[in-house]
Amino acid sequence: MPKRTFWLAAAALVAYAFLYLPLVIVVVYSFNDSRLNAEWVGFTFDWYRKLAANEEMLLAAGNSLLIALVASAVSTVFGTLAGLAMHRYRLRLLPILVLAPIAIPEILMGVSLLIFFVMLNFTLGLVSVALAHIAFCIGFVAIVVRARLSGMDESLVEAARDCGASPAQAFFHVTLPLIMPGVIAGALMAFTLSIDDFVITFFTAGAGTVTLPLQIYSMIKIAVTPEVNAVSTLLMLLTLMLIVIASKVSPSLLRSEHA
Amino acid sequence: MTRRHSGRWGKWLVAGPPLVYLFVFFAIPALIMVVASFRTPGDFGGLAPLVGADGEIDLNLESYTRFFEDALYAQIFVKSFWYALATTLICLVLAYPLATLIANSERRRRDLLLLLVILPFWSNFLIRIYAWMIILGPNAALARTLNGVLGAFGQEPVSLLFSAFAVLVCLVYVHLPFMVLPLYANLEKHDQALLDAAQDLGANGWQRFWRITFPLSLPGVYAGSALVFIPAFGIFAIPDILGGPDDSLIGNVIKQQFLETRDWPFGSVLSIVLTASALAFAALAAWVGRRGVGRLAAGDA
Repeated sequence: MPKRTFWLAAAALVAYAFLYLPLVIVVVYSFNDSRLNAEWVGFTFDWYRKLAANEEMLLAAGNSLLIALVASAVSTVFGTLAGLAMHRYRLRLLPILVLAPIAIPEILMGVSLLIFFVMLNFTLGLVSVALAHIAFCIGFVAIVVRARLSGMDESLVEAARDCGASPAQAFFHVTLPLIMPGVIAGALMAFTLSIDDFVITFFTAGAGTVTLPLQIYSMIKIAVTPEVNAVSTLLMLLTLMLIVIASKVSPSLLRSEHA
Repeated sequence: MTRRHSGRWGKWLVAGPPLVYLFVFFAIPALIMVVASFRTPGDFGGLAPLVGADGEIDLNLESYTRFFEDALYAQIFVKSFWYALATTLICLVLAYPLATLIANSERRRRDLLLLLVILPFWSNFLIRIYAWMIILGPNAALARTLNGVLGAFGQEPVSLLFSAFAVLVCLVYVHLPFMVLPLYANLEKHDQALLDAAQDLGANGWQRFWRITFPLSLPGVYAGSALVFIPAFGIFAIPDILGGPDDSLIGNVIKQQFLETRDWPFGSVLSIVLTASALAFAALAAWVGRRGVGRLAAGDA
């Protein structure tokens, strides 16, 4: 038994190293005083200074932030409604529409929205990207909210209704406060998914619009530069912060049953 | 449960907005794409008018015929299939010990170990691809060491980056958490008493694993395989960034059809065939999984 545990732990350690080593390398080289991401030369903040002066990158970051804010706000409202509807009513179409965007290959949603927007003569840009992001974020919010609802005591809503609350009052004064941790966690999840999305953005952004992932893509297609390491490190930091907040608000979010 | 709070209007007030949104921005675009796959490509890319100059509605099977007649596309599909299958199997081999370790550890430590698996998944997709550009780059330690060894044996130096190897490593890297999570969720529910009983009856470690743990974990294996296979099958960013010219997968051809060649009907055909086959494989995995579990329950495993 101890021998078996040893090998198991060794194999797991290899798997964890495989998961983390690449990210650690990106972060470490973002402070490396060398253009080549090849060996450690010395410590520097130069790449972050270069980044702060890179107007294209700042514009891309601003766009990403704006899209993520709008997409997460709207998809949180729609996703919460969808989660509530899937929890309360027996619906046939909604669960399919909510879960299908998560289940199918991402590229399908990207290209079908591209055809859709172009056929409608809708100019590709920030708005089309935000509309697309809302569509794929709704499902994730709905899943988190529904999980939260399934742990809620339904008799509380009954009690509120018995005391004369209208359905809207019961929702805003009883249901919503109770599922709030799920709603906030869903919103943070949608924000992260939106700010990180590459594939769907790639197809719906058109030629003139850049987001952070699109900017990173065009930079690494040309050359590997530690500036990419610096922006990656900052983006990882932001994501990490959002996850920490989400896990504080809704501890069950990070357990396997909702992942 | 009484449903007083859920009158007919309430239901549509709640379900209506997300339903309408997803109908407009998911279902309709998907349907438009299905129609587009039967249309004629436009002279300057995109689509030719649906109603031709002669007043006839122009719908045809030409793009489908082209797909099934040109062996090139079948080859790329087969290649994508092998990449996705290899990714799935490697993920399974890596994820199994990890999921077992997490499931066997103390309850307090489980959440942390699980969080450590999920965390890299939340970092940006492109960053994770970029990390492998650094690791496999020609000036990095790995390539220099490898080529030093090859040189000592009089072999030509090889490029790790822009190769099938780079694509596969990164595919595994990106999809590993999708395999660990369902496997863990399954393994965590296993009853230790079964293994103890087998041991009492004289089964050794391998026998206990192959005849009890593994068969019981099959639902988790199939769920994880579907979660890895579907996205891996349609991937385009990884071969696009890390692959060489021969490593184009079906996702790359779709991207090319939509953004470079601008043959939308053909791109639509490829997207539809991709989605249909990915979902068919997932359904197959689910069906095999259910059947396997049924057999186990019936006791003839």
